[in-house]
Amino acid sequence: MKQKAVAVVGASETTKLGVVPDMSQIQLHADAALNAMKDAGLKPSDIDGIATAGETPQQLAQYLGITPTYVDGTSVGGCSFMIHVRHAAAAIQSGLAKTILITHGESGRSGIGRPPRSVPPDSLNGQFEQPFGPMGPPSLFPIPVLRYMKTYGITHEQIAMVSVVQREWAALNPRSTYKDPITVADVLNSRMIAYPFRILQCCLVTDGGGALILTSAERAKDFPQKPVYILGTGESVETPMVSQMEDFTSSRAFRVAGPTAFKEAGIKHSDVDHLMIYDAFAHLPLYGLEDLGFVGRGEAGAFIAGRNTAIGSKLPMNTNGGGLSYMHSGMYGMYALQESVRQMRGIAPAQVPGAKISVCHGVGGMFAASGTIIFTNEGP
Amino acid sequence: MLEPGRAKPVPTPETQHFWDGTKAGELLLQRCDECAKIYFPPRPFCPGCASRSVSTLKASGKAKLYSYVIHHRKVPGFTPPYAIAVVELDEGPRMMTNIIDCEQTPEALELDMKLEVAFVPMDDSITLPLFRPARG
Ligand SMILES: [Zn+2]
Repeated sequence: MKQKAVAVVGASETTKLGVVPDMSQIQLHADAALNAMKDAGLKPSDIDGIATAGETPQQLAQYLGITPTYVDGTSVGGCSFMIHVRHAAAAIQSGLAKTILITHGESGRSGIGRPPRSVPPDSLNGQFEQPFGPMGPPSLFPIPVLRYMKTYGITHEQIAMVSVVQREWAALNPRSTYKDPITVADVLNSRMIAYPFRILQCCLVTDGGGALILTSAERAKDFPQKPVYILGTGESVETPMVSQMEDFTSSRAFRVAGPTAFKEAGIKHSDVDHLMIYDAFAHLPLYGLEDLGFVGRGEAGAFIAGRNTAIGSKLPMNTNGGGLSYMHSGMYGMYALQESVRQMRGIAPAQVPGAKISVCHGVGGMFAASGTIIFTNEGP
Repeated sequence: MLEPGRAKPVPTPETQHFWDGTKAGELLLQRCDECAKIYFPPRPFCPGCASRSVSTLKASGKAKLYSYVIHHRKVPGFTPPYAIAVVELDEGPRMMTNIIDCEQTPEALELDMKLEVAFVPMDDSITLPLFRPARG
């Protein structure tokens, strides 16, 4: 795909984040969409393409009053929105639509208007994982961690530093759910959820949403906000069953999506000013740093523990506080994208001075899927 | 018999042989007749080369503990803390399971420890393949 041919011209989260008991899930989508349209100076009649996950595109079209010529209902978990951005960039370049709205909303905590999640007992997950006692992502996502730790000699203390460093970032963000500093001891003494992971190594469960509006780089110049250009994109899937991952120390989907985006962007790792790696659980930034090639195999634990992604470092990562401290409604990818856009616009609460390139890497399911978007604020 | 309340698998045409096998005390994998790949979960073709010519293979039941979590929250059919484990069979494929006849602690559950299959009935129709520390 051509670099910098498409730009983000509207971006916003929901008016409120955290606990939002006065909004259903579809209204969280709409609240974010209305905010993003206002940001871009657009009305629903200006939108001709829609993409969403969690709700259906037809639900969104009806609710917002949009008649689209382009529809993307890709729903592969929390990185669906990275993949929506990728598809939207391709669609705009090939003329399928001019102005595409991508929405996320999730009543993850309050559970209002959110269909219950269940695993059909005759699905492969239902037959070959569910009978052994998992209960959602906190019990399944950390399953590969002990193998990763043994393979590379990673310590509990090193992994605990992921939560500590992200809390430091969260303290700079007025909208973060948690802002109080924590120590490695705090993490390792917090309530056990699924050994080796404790509550401070698991994502928050909150309500919220976000929306993005994309258009061609040519049109982007006429919008009120500073355009944020799409420089590179990647996507992949592996398996919905964490037990069937090819390699417990690395995600195949990450290894496809990440390098595809870097190749498309034509950049080196040293060109990256800002990084988001979807952190539903504390091991994900470790896998992401290694699978995207920022560090070698088994080096990410020491890298993070050595404060190489912390405030003032060369590779500021998860600068909003992440899913561990900022917010996590269930499909966190949209919030990672929002932070990358804020950083590229120069308006993030923990702004990285002079940042020109931001890499935003997402996961879906339990290493089931991945999407990577590389943004820049330097125009074509 | 297991504590009642576990999620119970419902076999499909492609997996029925596996569940018939566990009920009869056999752990059945599949092997490609063309490329010899041994695979799991069941499907009537080879995920390596797409050949529809595949045969069932009785696994040895020997495995090693590959990775796990020890779950501390309440789930129907389980008394926490309990391990949700992935074992690697001697034949190569990995599967999710529980480890029985073993303390559910990080000290007792040592990665790469040798395990053997145990067929534990849920009821008259479904028997689960669980694993226990290998004897000897
Ligand atoms: Zn084959």
